[in-house]
Amino acid sequence: MATAAARDTARGPVDDALDGATDTTEFERAFDAAVAADERIEPRDWMPDAYRATLVRQIAQHAHSEIIGMQPEANWITRAPSLRRKAILMAKVQDEAGHGLYLYSAAETLGTGRDELLDKLHSGRQKYSSIFNYPTLTWADVGAIGWLVDGAAITNQVPLCRCSYGPYARAMVRICKEESFHQRQGYELLLALSNGTPEQHAMAQDAVDRWWWPSLMMFGPPDDESQHSAQSMAWKIKRHSNDELRQRFVDICVPQAESLGLTLPDPDLRWNEARGHYDFGAIDWSEFWDVLKGNGPCNEQRLSQRRRAHEEGAWVRDAAAAYAAKHTRRTPAAAGTTVETGTYSETGAARA
Amino acid sequence: MALGDDALVLSHRLGEWAGHAPVLEEEVALANIALDLLGQARVLLSMAGDEDELAYLREERAFRNLQLVEQPNGDFAHTIARQLFFSTYQHLLYAGLASGDGPFAPLAGKAVKETAYHRDHAEQWTLRLGDGTEESHDRMQRAVDALWRYTGEMFRPLEGLGTDPAGLEPAWLEQIGRTLEQATLTVPATPRTGAWTAGAGRQGLHTEPFGRMLAEMQHLHRSHPGATW
Repeated sequence: MATAAARDTARGPVDDALDGATDTTEFERAFDAAVAADERIEPRDWMPDAYRATLVRQIAQHAHSEIIGMQPEANWITRAPSLRRKAILMAKVQDEAGHGLYLYSAAETLGTGRDELLDKLHSGRQKYSSIFNYPTLTWADVGAIGWLVDGAAITNQVPLCRCSYGPYARAMVRICKEESFHQRQGYELLLALSNGTPEQHAMAQDAVDRWWWPSLMMFGPPDDESQHSAQSMAWKIKRHSNDELRQRFVDICVPQAESLGLTLPDPDLRWNEARGHYDFGAIDWSEFWDVLKGNGPCNEQRLSQRRRAHEEGAWVRDAAAAYAAKHTRRTPAAAGTTVETGTYSETGAARA
Repeated sequence: MALGDDALVLSHRLGEWAGHAPVLEEEVALANIALDLLGQARVLLSMAGDEDELAYLREERAFRNLQLVEQPNGDFAHTIARQLFFSTYQHLLYAGLASGDGPFAPLAGKAVKETAYHRDHAEQWTLRLGDGTEESHDRMQRAVDALWRYTGEMFRPLEGLGTDPAGLEPAWLEQIGRTLEQATLTVPATPRTGAWTAGAGRQGLHTEPFGRMLAEMQHLHRSHPGATW
């Protein structure tokens, strides 16, 4: 909860506007004090426009990443090699859709709409995580995504559970729980392959070789090239720098790779006693920027599939809207029995 | 095994929707139903043997699922019509089995709750599509018409079940008729069985798309004989 002062001031601008002057200094002071005191900013609190815009951008891109991120894994649902693995993978992809829903809801508390955000995704005006522009070429990739990609996401997201914006922080608490479950499943999948036949072991190693560097890129550009970092840290949206989190991730992964019996594709990777961390090789940032600009292996494919699903589903959404409108008109007395008059969401999300 | 195959094959078809659904809520709902069915399939196949061996190492002619559940997804209306026909049948079947004391009673007791949800989901969408826009109405009617011919097979006798599915037919027809009517749709006048669809799936005689589906499903498992995953 934000301070009472911040909440009081949220009512202020209307009165001030009547005087023809909008002096936000007082609100800013209350906002800064709430952030400094580690209090949560809530949807109805006053917040700087730039804070709001940054959060919309970040939460929307996070939501988009969950939605696009379904594709590389869904790619293997119909080919999963055992029924147990198939069930785990289906549940995971379902969770990702659910995460997308939480995050769009969190973004909506900032005054934007899901349709608007999806439109920005489809038109390329908003991004999603560049990692999902890499293809899943073998079954082992499903494990590598769980272990490395979800692992990197968790390292990034656990600090977001303490983010200054309440709705985002609360969404992250729920999401992180499920993500760490997925990560363990991915690790366990790779472990089964690594301990399996020579062909399975090779499949696991090949997947880790392909996913390692892109996973390190998930933490974003180096600190000296990260344009939003300083402000986000001051606002306590971010708690740690990109490079700090990347280092933390490497330190966690190296012993895990050892216990998996797999190697990480970096000849410069070694323990640095003086730093108390693992040193690692240089990241190919030209590849990172290239993928970000839309030139990765799957950018075109991912966005096309998303657009196609949306366009081909338009008649379904129209039907739901038309039915809801008709039904509401036909039964004006049905106020107490709203089960069928709501949107299409309740049929599915209720049990999610 | 036939019931396990039904659940396995339909679950697989619903899994194909992942990442392609018309709204996010349906990504969740379709995956949810697919997971329920896969869970049922695993229990049922395990009762008959090793679940993975049965799922991945049998060929087309050895599968006993209904032809209805192997039908390709088509558009969303097609998927919903398939769900409506099957989940209504499955709910009646499991409700019956759950009240008995046969070998399927414990599974049916749990599955009947899941299938009630599946049926509700399909009915809700049948209403929305049937009574939505002109386009959705036409698509839904086409889907109902196209899949109608596969629905007679559900009520053919099933060995080892301990009950005759034929007894479910009047209730099924009544429920489907009511839903379609409420959705402003017409119950097809065409036959619900033919020379080829009368119990054919139960005898291992399938439609052409099924072989392709199995090829995709089994490819990786078969490429690594004896491997564990």
